[in-house]
Amino acid sequence: MAELDIKERQAGDVTVLDMDGKITIGEGSVALRGAIRRLLEEGKKKILLNLAGVGYIDSSGIGELVSSFTAINKEGGQLKLLNLTQKLQDLLAITKLLTVFDVYENESEALSSYK
Amino acid sequence: MRVRGVLHRRTIPVRFPKLYVFKPKPAGDGAGKGRTYLVTEETTELELESRIESIARAAEVAAQVVRRLGLSEEAAYGVDMAVREAVTNAVLHGNRQDAAKKVEVKFHGSPERLEITVRDRGTGFDLNSVPDPTDPQNLLKASGRGILFMRTFMDDVQYSRHPEGGTVVRMTKRK
Repeated sequence: MAELDIKERQAGDVTVLDMDGKITIGEGSVALRGAIRRLLEEGKKKILLNLAGVGYIDSSGIGELVSSFTAINKEGGQLKLLNLTQKLQDLLAITKLLTVFDVYENESEALSSYK
Repeated sequence: MRVRGVLHRRTIPVRFPKLYVFKPKPAGDGAGKGRTYLVTEETTELELESRIESIARAAEVAAQVVRRLGLSEEAAYGVDMAVREAVTNAVLHGNRQDAAKKVEVKFHGSPERLEITVRDRGTGFDLNSVPDPTDPQNLLKASGRGILFMRTFMDDVQYSRHPEGGTVVRMTKRK
């Protein structure tokens, strides 16, 4: 099984990526980078990462979330995060990235927040 | 705590993992034959290739050590995170994935603590020149959070230069 499984679905004009697994250096980070790059190439710029199934992330994975955020912003899009596990929430607090990311616990709220 | 037996393990998983187990010495009075000894101290050493795959290998061995030492689930998570970050730094920044350079990892468990040292063969770096990743101007940088994680999850983290070259990071988790 792949380290990180990413399933894509469309909710209106927002693309939701349901992620399951680990986002760590190597395979997991590369998978996330590839998925974001592909969506941008397809012109999909409103992206919601559902991280409910991501129980483990390292500093490289955090870095990949930041890179995704800046790449999407650069294209005039928006990246938001949904359903953070406690561990991920703690890591984003430690790195002060909770102030950077738009984080939601409820999918419909997250979807309606896109402009 | 009374030390009733000391077990030293030496693991060299370069290509073909090999485990050497030295039998514990009999404690105190009687002959050791047939007696059971508590494992109170152990040392595990790894020599790893400077490759990304070595990070998971080090974490795997860390998990085994942590289990044997009976650390809590929370402590185990912290050790796993710190070991991955330390080995990542050694592979990427210290040895720069140079196949000729190895990363040495040593786990020393005692009744009081788990001490982990990770040594690379790189040219070293100035710890004071590492930017603070939580500084607002660095928040959107893609890297530079590894040392912060190591310091967050371990009780003590010290960097030093090895007399024979390379950087050594010594991390301690109290039990």
